[in-house]
Amino acid sequence: MAKTKLEEINRNIYDIKNKDEYDFKIKKGLTKEIIEEISKQKNDPDWMREFRLKALDVYNKLELPTWGPDISELNMDEIATYVRPKTGLSNSWEDVPEDIKSTFDKLGIPEAEKKSLAGVGAQYDSEVVYHSMKEDLIKQGVVYTDMETAVREYPDLVRDHFMKCVPVNDHKFVALHGAVWSGGSFVYVPKGVKVDIPLQSYFRLNSPESGQFEHTLIIVDEGASLHFIEGCSAPKYNKVNLHAGCVELYVKDNAYLRYSTIENWSKNMLNLNTKKAIVGKNAQVDWVTGSFGSKISMLYPMSILNGEGAKTEYTGISFAGKGQNLDNGFKVVHNAENTSSLVNAKSISKNGGKCTYRSLVRINEKAKNSKSSVSCESLMLDDISISDTIPVNDIRTDEVEFSHEAKIGKISDKTIFYLMSRGLSEEDAKAMIVRGFAYPISKELPVEYAVEMNNLINLELDGAIG
Amino acid sequence: MLLEINDLCVNAEDKEILKGINLKINKGEIHVIMGPNGSGKTTTANAILNNPAYTKIGGNIIFDGQDITNEKTDEIARKGVFMSFQLPEEIPGVSVTNFLKYAKNKVTGEPVKIFSFKEELKKYMEELNMNPKYMERSLNVGFSGGEKKKNEILQMLVLNPKLAILDETDSGLDVDAIKTVSKGIEMFKNENNAVLIITHNTKILHSLKVDYVHVLVNGKIVKTGTQELAKEIEENGYSKYKN
Ligand SMILES: Nc1ncnc2c1ncn2[C@@H]1O[C@H](COP(=O)(O)OP(=O)(O)OP(=O)(O)O)[C@@H](O)[C@H]1O
Ligand SMILES: [Mg+2]
Repeated sequence: MAKTKLEEINRNIYDIKNKDEYDFKIKKGLTKEIIEEISKQKNDPDWMREFRLKALDVYNKLELPTWGPDISELNMDEIATYVRPKTGLSNSWEDVPEDIKSTFDKLGIPEAEKKSLAGVGAQYDSEVVYHSMKEDLIKQGVVYTDMETAVREYPDLVRDHFMKCVPVNDHKFVALHGAVWSGGSFVYVPKGVKVDIPLQSYFRLNSPESGQFEHTLIIVDEGASLHFIEGCSAPKYNKVNLHAGCVELYVKDNAYLRYSTIENWSKNMLNLNTKKAIVGKNAQVDWVTGSFGSKISMLYPMSILNGEGAKTEYTGISFAGKGQNLDNGFKVVHNAENTSSLVNAKSISKNGGKCTYRSLVRINEKAKNSKSSVSCESLMLDDISISDTIPVNDIRTDEVEFSHEAKIGKISDKTIFYLMSRGLSEEDAKAMIVRGFAYPISKELPVEYAVEMNNLINLELDGAIG
Repeated sequence: MLLEINDLCVNAEDKEILKGINLKINKGEIHVIMGPNGSGKTTTANAILNNPAYTKIGGNIIFDGQDITNEKTDEIARKGVFMSFQLPEEIPGVSVTNFLKYAKNKVTGEPVKIFSFKEELKKYMEELNMNPKYMERSLNVGFSGGEKKKNEILQMLVLNPKLAILDETDSGLDVDAIKTVSKGIEMFKNENNAVLIITHNTKILHSLKVDYVHVLVNGKIVKTGTQELAKEIEENGYSKYKN
């Protein structure tokens, strides 16, 4: 017990744990009654209630995945799926309760607001408690709201898109998500509207034994563009925590969407997040992903290039330390001519941590003149850490350009000596090499996130020494 | 006395490399070490900075009155020893500017003011005929051999050590670049610091006032002389020192 405490100290900036206050917490385990209860609590319309119940059926039928990291420790009966904080939805910072506020303060949300970011939607436990948006965006018809509100106020848009991109029978955790989803963001950018400042949202888990199942649905209509940023951070708890969120991105013809995220989960989290984008004609989706923390992560964002000339780029980094197994990667399906995908994946493992890059590139018969270029690079900081690459390339036409490059490296003693001869301590030298390794990813992030990522790297490396 | 090496014996992977090196360098002096390939020149430089890849089995090294024989490399660097590497390392993702700003802060222990620092950097780069765009490039990544060497001299100027050891900084440089490096050394040199130049070539020495030339053969300094000795070696080689 005392030992766990010590290990937590380094992460205390991120592991701020509020009193476990809640006014509503449902029974553990997952039954039809529970789903009905959630649905009632949420004031779901009938279609959503039925949707949840169908998803529960699928959930009960599907088996746990038999590949990838071992998640047998997961006992769904122990996970309370729905925790609501003491406050309702609020538009002004003043209305947010004090202890919740202090947590957010430390995460920099009001700072971000000051920096005139377009909107801040912060999810505290399962409900969105703080939410605001620039007026000019509202005038342009941009919708940015929490998912529950969207279900009520934009029923047609939501019904047409909700879990159509990620169907509930995809895998067991998606089915679970469909049954118990709660909170999350909804964004709609109308035709031709270019949102030139990033929208951002923070997600945070703050209750022992609670899973988080937030749903993000973003629709960027024809010719529109958006940069959406999602940041996650969770305090550390001793019991298993599950995160099974779902992100659905619709990028219509000629539209552009950049989806950036830093996931920084506590080291006991099972992060089984599902993210997918459907990309239209001459449209583009770019993913920028930093995956930190969590005990096990299975995270494979996917782009489905359905329109001619559709493009996607994936830039991602994972950092696994002691006891962590990060099984991350990217999937892309080329379904039309002249489509292209560019992947730049990196991973860092230390102290026995394991990083796996698991990927899929499928180029279908119809996708003539398509291009796909994949580069993955891993850095191991010691001899006990593990790095692995499991690519699946399924190319069904000859008229393509395809390349896959994988590199596994270690920090050489010569490089450390070189940096130490310039006055850097061994720790500083390692941190500098790792930050440099991560730089191609961090430079894609907005500056405050890049700073946070560097801080995270430093925190992770601190933990490695001593 | 700035540097004093006494009877230094060094092994690399259980092989005896240095077999009793003695060397004294005063402030204000320029020393040169010449010697055949594999005689132990780079090893000597590494031993001064206590590279853990080499094992000291005898002797000691005193720098500025302190025994640094078993000091950590970064401590030695902070005390004022600098080495220009024969083969500089590449650090992807770390720009020359950020690297040097960080290193300067570590070496001086003082915060580095970014604006004046960049001005200083620009000035030195101009003097060294370096493209100022290189400031933002990853350290040594994709640099040509000569560019890497110039970048080492740039680092020397910025970090301003008390003792600069230049390990074959002139090797692989074109005629003009050798002059540029010489100029860098002149800019750096004053009566409070010292330079130890390891070279196979007297060209770099032409415009410098060299105080001593040492000949290192098979792990030992077999002869010490003045600039004349360098010329003689250039003409006649090392055969008379090998036996
Ligand atoms: N890390 C090492 N492990 C094993 N042997 C080494 C190591 N470093 C140097 N040596 C050996 O020690 C001897 C001296 O090497 P050193 O690099 O000091 O030579 P040098 O005088 O600098 O030569 P050059 O003029 O070619 O640069 C060589 O035989 C070399 O192979
Ligand atoms: Mg050498």
